[in-house]
Amino acid sequence: MEPLSNKRKVLDFKPLTLLERSYLPEIAKGLSITMKHFFKKPVTISYPEQKREFSENFRGQHSLKRDEEGKERCTACGLCALSCPAEAITMTAAERQPGEENLYREEKYAAVYEINMLRCIFCGLCEEACPKEAIYLDGDIVPTDFLRKDFIYGKDKLVEPPLNQ
Amino acid sequence: MELLDIGIKFILIVVIFLISLVVAMYSTYAERKVAAFFQDRVGPNRAGPWGILQPLADGGKMFMKEEIIPTRASGLLFIVGPSLAIMTACIGSAVIPWGQSLQFGSRTVDLQVTDINVGILYIFGVVSLGVYGIMIGGWASNNKYSLLGAIRAASQNISYEVSMGLSIIALIMVSGSLSLKDIAAQQHGFWANGYFTWNFFKQPLGFIIFIVCAFAETNRSPFDLPECETELVGGYHTEYSSMKLGFYLFAEYINMFISSAVMATLYFGGYNYPFMDSVAASVGPNAAVILGVVLMFAKVFGFIFFFMWVRWTIPRFRYDQLMNLGWRTLIPLAIFNIVLTGLFMTFFK
Repeated sequence: MEPLSNKRKVLDFKPLTLLERSYLPEIAKGLSITMKHFFKKPVTISYPEQKREFSENFRGQHSLKRDEEGKERCTACGLCALSCPAEAITMTAAERQPGEENLYREEKYAAVYEINMLRCIFCGLCEEACPKEAIYLDGDIVPTDFLRKDFIYGKDKLVEPPLNQ
Repeated sequence: MELLDIGIKFILIVVIFLISLVVAMYSTYAERKVAAFFQDRVGPNRAGPWGILQPLADGGKMFMKEEIIPTRASGLLFIVGPSLAIMTACIGSAVIPWGQSLQFGSRTVDLQVTDINVGILYIFGVVSLGVYGIMIGGWASNNKYSLLGAIRAASQNISYEVSMGLSIIALIMVSGSLSLKDIAAQQHGFWANGYFTWNFFKQPLGFIIFIVCAFAETNRSPFDLPECETELVGGYHTEYSSMKLGFYLFAEYINMFISSAVMATLYFGGYNYPFMDSVAASVGPNAAVILGVVLMFAKVFGFIFFFMWVRWTIPRFRYDQLMNLGWRTLIPLAIFNIVLTGLFMTFFK
């Protein structure tokens, strides 16, 4: 049969010579290899000070977007919560009152919008489900914390800062 | 002996004791740093500049940790084990000549705590006592892993002491003295009478046997079977916590320091360096002696680095390979070395 790659090599088990059995040349070879590594530049990225470049489609912390006039885009339709395989998103809808037109784009908005970052698997399905282009996972790595309750991020942490600031 | 002599000896003892402790402490740091460099990492670098305070942080942690003595452990022996380990590790430095004598006016100060005429035998005695610390600790823990580690340590040390002793016999045949001071003094300079003075060049085979045995005696990789974590959890110190564990780890590093010093003294000229007579003539005898001490420590650190270098190069031996190497390779080689040395001395000198 034709071999798949022409890399086949027939091994023959010759008995080791005395020099090979003494193990010393091999030790010297190994020592020289490790010594080469001793003078190599370390590959470490010292994390909090330096950060690795993320890929372009990296999915980090969510942000709730505003439109070009600074109004919140989210209308609390709940599609993101429905699409979420980890059931990390909850929200409470509310009706926009007169005088709040500069805050919310549509008549309905999310009064409470919470994502449990411990449940979130950063799959990006909420991003895909959103009909209003209101949620994107374009943030940084979610920071660590000590208490579980502190990982439930509300609108204070998720909504983009207003435009005029 | 005058009171001043006793005072000087006391200061020397304290200084050597402190130096061994500090060297052992910073060996842990160096070990981690060297390991990191060999693996293309940076190693500890957060505690102080370049992580230089890391050993202090580790030591502080060791002292603060809760002391756990297992209920089924034998109480007294459990404490005796690490104490014995660290004590035997520390007393080995007593006979090592760190330098020649300093001259203060009419007073001569030896840079050696004591020059007993059986210096090498003393070192051997101390080293073989060291295994008791491991044995007792492993036995007293009442844990199968500890016991296995202790048994391995004991049989390994006994096997390798034989060939270590035999390799030393050939060296003693050349030097004609058991005193480390004499052996160091015989290696004066670097070149005399048409040949190197350092014993390494007279006993290359003996040195290889000795260094292999030194690795085994200090339980360093590739002979770290007594504490191999893949098989025995932590070996003989599985049940130990807090500073008792610290003492075991510390004892290992002091042993490494002492055996490096012994190797430097026996085979690499100790405090001797090339052109030492002309250096002494130009900068004065005391400065030359200090330079010798510095070079002695440089050699010791070189050996310690070699210990670490080998640790990250050679994988651990299997137990039967270890025993095979000890009994069926090194002992015949050491005996062959003795015969060779004897023949050489009979027919060429």
